[in-house]
Amino acid sequence: MRVFYAVILLLAVLVLNFSMMHLAPGDVADTISQSMGGADEEILDQIRADYGLDQPFLVQLGRYIGNVLRFDLGYSFFYNKPVTELILQRLPATLLLVFVAQILALFIGVILGVISARKPNGIASHFVTMLALFGYSAPVFWTGILLLIAFSLKIQIFPVAGMRDITISGGFWVHFVDVVRHLVLPVITLGSIFLALYSRLSRATMMEVLGSDYVRTAKAKGLSEREVVYKHALKNSLSPVITLAGLQFSAVISGAVLVEAVFSWPGLGTLAFQSIIARDTPTILGILFFSALVVIVGNLLTDLALRLVDPRMRGKG
Amino acid sequence: MKRIVKSLVLATALTTAITGFSQAEEPKTGGTLVTVLGTNPRNLNSAVQSGIVTGFPGAQLFASPLRYDSDWTPQPYLAETWEVSDDGLSVTLNLVKNAKFHDGTPITSEDVAFSVEVIKANHPFKAMFAPVETVETPDAHTAILKLSKPHPALLLAMSGQLMSIIPKHIYGDGEITDVKAHPRNNENVVGSGPFKLTEFKNGEHVILERFDDFFMEGRPYLDKVVMRIITDPAARAIAYENGELHMGAFESLPRIVNRLKKVDSLTVTADGYGAIGPISWLAMNTAKGPLTDVRVRKAIAYAVDKDFIHKALMQGTASDSTSGIHPDSPFYAEQEGYALDLEKSAALLDEAGFPVKDGSRMSLTIDFGWPGVKAEVEYVKAALKKVNIDVEVRASADFPTWAKKMGSGDFDMSWDTVFNWGDPVIGVHRTYDSTNILKGVWSNTQSYSNARVDELMAMAGVEADPAKRTALYAEFQAIIADELPVYHVNTVPYHTIYQTDKVGNPPVGIWGTSTPIDMTYLK
Repeated sequence: MRVFYAVILLLAVLVLNFSMMHLAPGDVADTISQSMGGADEEILDQIRADYGLDQPFLVQLGRYIGNVLRFDLGYSFFYNKPVTELILQRLPATLLLVFVAQILALFIGVILGVISARKPNGIASHFVTMLALFGYSAPVFWTGILLLIAFSLKIQIFPVAGMRDITISGGFWVHFVDVVRHLVLPVITLGSIFLALYSRLSRATMMEVLGSDYVRTAKAKGLSEREVVYKHALKNSLSPVITLAGLQFSAVISGAVLVEAVFSWPGLGTLAFQSIIARDTPTILGILFFSALVVIVGNLLTDLALRLVDPRMRGKG
Repeated sequence: MKRIVKSLVLATALTTAITGFSQAEEPKTGGTLVTVLGTNPRNLNSAVQSGIVTGFPGAQLFASPLRYDSDWTPQPYLAETWEVSDDGLSVTLNLVKNAKFHDGTPITSEDVAFSVEVIKANHPFKAMFAPVETVETPDAHTAILKLSKPHPALLLAMSGQLMSIIPKHIYGDGEITDVKAHPRNNENVVGSGPFKLTEFKNGEHVILERFDDFFMEGRPYLDKVVMRIITDPAARAIAYENGELHMGAFESLPRIVNRLKKVDSLTVTADGYGAIGPISWLAMNTAKGPLTDVRVRKAIAYAVDKDFIHKALMQGTASDSTSGIHPDSPFYAEQEGYALDLEKSAALLDEAGFPVKDGSRMSLTIDFGWPGVKAEVEYVKAALKKVNIDVEVRASADFPTWAKKMGSGDFDMSWDTVFNWGDPVIGVHRTYDSTNILKGVWSNTQSYSNARVDELMAMAGVEADPAKRTALYAEFQAIIADELPVYHVNTVPYHTIYQTDKVGNPPVGIWGTSTPIDMTYLK
């Protein structure tokens, strides 16, 4: 039943977006003409005819939905390539960036949250609060450019753009190190927002949990502070953080658009941005479709993770 | 008037002439040049896709019959000699004999005929080959273009990225109009140029390597060219500065250009964009409202201080533009222009019947199609306030939205940038030709119509004598500057940036990077 609803929802999203794209004046033929430095109506009409853009709206919509139902996301007008191929080519880069940023942010965020929750008025706690405030309020592109100036220009340790250096040659490890070097700055930039969220949330829940009865009982039982915090309290304070992390998956994809733009990261975000600018409807819808899939998978993973930390969730369907 | 150019005679002069400066040192062979594209190209086949982003890889992958030196003189390339008949109605190309495509097949006149057919059917610049009726191929190395009327613009249209020779045996497998979506436009490209395609990864890079069987002995000098796709100008600037990029072109943000000029290791030059010919202007709709009156258009020109735009907005990086033709073009005739004069402006508006009522003479709108020119548009609004014209700035959500407004004449004023693309016939006529009114964006969107202007363009288009052509275009430019369908403000400050002690012979001819870089080398 849940799967059925998801499919209906997905189709509704596609129809809605298709219609919205159609409402805006102009189409991909205009952006193609822009990329060509101008073209006359004759050429534009020819392009529209080639891509079926001259057909009535309902025919176009019907055709598109029909294709999607046959698992065919269509053909990109702007890039002259099947949309699925275009997206699959870009998806790994985005997943790499998003997962690394998300996992690091989650891990470090929780640690920082716990540290500051243990001494809510200590220096460490204030530091975490400051960091969180900064990470959350600084715009990503600004953080990105600042990091670039600092670590690519003033101290030249990280490369400026892209995911790998095409001029180097070597075995697996050479390329691995190369990708990691390219990954550092984008991950810090993207991760900083989520780090802020997670550290604040885990700080709050941890403080709440530390004040609860069973923690007092555990302490009374004579367990060490360390054991109480990391064995008992932490596990219970994790569920809200994991729920938030699951919800953030979609936000991470959208946040990646800006980070990818600043660092020329060859991912889905850059493609999404370019396709929207280019009015390349099939590509935009294809990306939406894939993002929705990622979010669904993300939610599924969240459910699994919650069951892992919270035994009460295990019985539920 | 027979003009025959012998390549042998020119061969020695060529190396110095094309680069525009003499070479103090011998070019070295080998090495990988790392350069950059500011947007993702949608297509690498320059026979079916125009635009500067395709132009850079396109001109490396595909050779054209001619190339130009920095003095606007045609030079042999794929055609070792060429000849224009006395009546101007046939142009004979004698192709280089040993030229091969990247798959080893010889390049023949059949391919030239096929390429012309493909370009005519798919390329947006119809004016380039419109007069070409047929291409005769008496033998494998002779192609004769038969014209319906003399067409001096053809020579520039046979250079740069405009006439890419593509192999018939690869791209001729379907309908001629299908070539623009041919699967081999982006992968497994078989070209005729100095470099062949290794890999095009969407959003990441285009990698080219030396074509060993290139028809010019010893060329190209570079082994490999890596074109990285970096869309963010600030990131590109850092990459020039820290040495990650050897070279890049078409950088136009004044702030970034000026910053990079101060970097010791870099050379930043505005040379080499004459044939691209990018001009920014204030377009005025001559068919709508108060702007139908030329006095109102003049009043606006007098009220908008170009000097302010040049100094404050362009920060000294752009040169003045006073006519529809780029200042670097041999056809350019400088016009007196409209120096800031608010009194004159007000007087003209009074005369035109727009007195100040409740502090305002009239309300106009101004549009713009991309965020980069918002400052110019806001300035026009502020400047016209001083002569009591209220201006509403209309932002467009994206390019197609703006393009629709322009294409349908739904605007009063708009900021616009248009390229000359070599000969005026290709990129200039379209803006002022009364038969080209409202035919999409970058047509005559101002609905300007002047019989004399039409006549001058028609005459200049078929005039073979350069001196007479220049005179015709001089009169044309004077009328345009006087009647102001558009107020020309400045050239787009495109700059080529390269590592001074690494890059030898950067492309600074007339075509920017839309030209083969077979003579560029790494020091």
